[in-house]
Amino acid sequence: MTLLHERPSTGSLVQQFEYGLDAPICLTWELTYACNLECAHCLSSSGRRDPRELTTAQCEAVIDELQRMQVFYVNIGGGEPTIRPDFWHLLRYAVDHQVGVKFSTNGVRITPQRARFLASPACQGYVDVQISLDGATAEVNDYVRGRGSYDMALTALQNLKDAGFQDAKVSVVCTRQNIGQLDDFKALADEYGATLRLTRLRPSGRGADVWDELHPLPEQQRILYDWLMAHGDNVLTGDSFFHLAAFGESLPGLNLCGAGRVVCLIDPIGDVYACPFAIHDTFRAGNLLADGGFQEVWQHSELFQDLRRPQTGGACAKCSFFDSCRGGCMAAKFFTGLPLDGPDPECVQGYGEQALASDRTIPAASQDHSKTNPTRNQPVMLQLITKPPTSACAENPLAGFEPKECCS
Amino acid sequence: MLDEAWTLSPSVALRPEPFGALAYHFGNRKLTFLKRPELVAVVRGLGEHVDVRSALVAAGVMESQHPAYVAALQGLAKTDMIRPRDEQPS
Amino acid sequence: MGPETQNLPEQDDIVVEDLIEEVSIDGMCGVY
Repeated sequence: MTLLHERPSTGSLVQQFEYGLDAPICLTWELTYACNLECAHCLSSSGRRDPRELTTAQCEAVIDELQRMQVFYVNIGGGEPTIRPDFWHLLRYAVDHQVGVKFSTNGVRITPQRARFLASPACQGYVDVQISLDGATAEVNDYVRGRGSYDMALTALQNLKDAGFQDAKVSVVCTRQNIGQLDDFKALADEYGATLRLTRLRPSGRGADVWDELHPLPEQQRILYDWLMAHGDNVLTGDSFFHLAAFGESLPGLNLCGAGRVVCLIDPIGDVYACPFAIHDTFRAGNLLADGGFQEVWQHSELFQDLRRPQTGGACAKCSFFDSCRGGCMAAKFFTGLPLDGPDPECVQGYGEQALASDRTIPAASQDHSKTNPTRNQPVMLQLITKPPTSACAENPLAGFEPKECCS
Repeated sequence: MLDEAWTLSPSVALRPEPFGALAYHFGNRKLTFLKRPELVAVVRGLGEHVDVRSALVAAGVMESQHPAYVAALQGLAKTDMIRPRDEQPS
Repeated sequence: MGPETQNLPEQDDIVVEDLIEEVSIDGMCGVY
């Protein structure tokens, strides 16, 4: 006997959203896999342009659809979206078609002139700029993002401030190395008249390779949670820490995995995924070129219909904190090889650590858009883990021997 | 409020949903969920009715529920989803 | 596990929380 999963006629926002919506509220659209940087933890493994990238006309058609569906805003990212030659045209096209845009950038093209355009009445209200920064100092930031990236981000923030742009976002991925800089991040954002955004590191894309070293330690998660509860009034999180709700009071936000229900990802070649942190065949709902357009994929793909059925908690349902944390992040579980109906790898009750210690297979990446040859932008972190293979003729008997980290 | 003239703010998009509607303000980026179809009808009708009370009546809202609806409208006013009609910028 | 049953309020007991709910546009997980 199958249960009829009907949407209740009343209820909270979260209860309604679990059943999905006819259109996303907002979504992420990665415009290109090309990037001038090679960040160690890149969720989309970006670096090289994919030759099948959507054309300008195809992008305009996507925007037209988003307008018809009344998607309120789109987070345009990548790779580095501003290095697409038609980026500024598409930005204006979206604004002219009532689709709000926030674009995520490393700051490379935010010149004083561009900053003035962004601050101009033509963009007011419809355009938000988010600068990526993962350290409050160049030392911490550049270790994962590459030499010069800190300066580039701050220059962009200064240009925006000088141009009178209001309320840019400084978006930080929280790591083992920067949890000690939360106050500094806040001060930095304040200095530039920007709003701080702290987000969760997921083991996605190249993040899978660095997650063991970079993800916050259990005690650091507590520090982060306490800091957000104490200082988080003007700090955004993109609801990315809903798994921390098991510490006690939940943080502001829906505390709900939005993947395939209220948000999704459109990638540079028109593939639609449940979430930007889940770029893998398992979470690919379809392709908007091949499958009849974005609305068709959003409303009728099998994957999304599956995600919109009430989810059982599986092993987590017996935990008294399940109602708060909802079992955590699907992408975090998938890319650490944990079952989706079990604990999040960073479960604050410690069930994730247990699960990580047992037998698991980390899934192979479906794709990798990383640069084939490292450039001078390659961050130190990647240099340290990407070593050339040892030649069979190497004389040193210890050649290629990599001791496991002895001091963490 | 019942005797005042109000209207939907111009930067607000109202998107129908099976359960009511989502209202999004492009200026302040506030997102509000309108949970009853009657409230959606009231909000849509505000601009065309002489006052809030007639908009409530036209949407079929029972008088005993008017206080709750007015409280909801005040909530929407606080986030500039709706505005008094005579204060609109030209 | 099916949808939770709602205790529908009596017609006169309606409160403002039954009518509106605010959420941040940044408040849904899955957008970076």
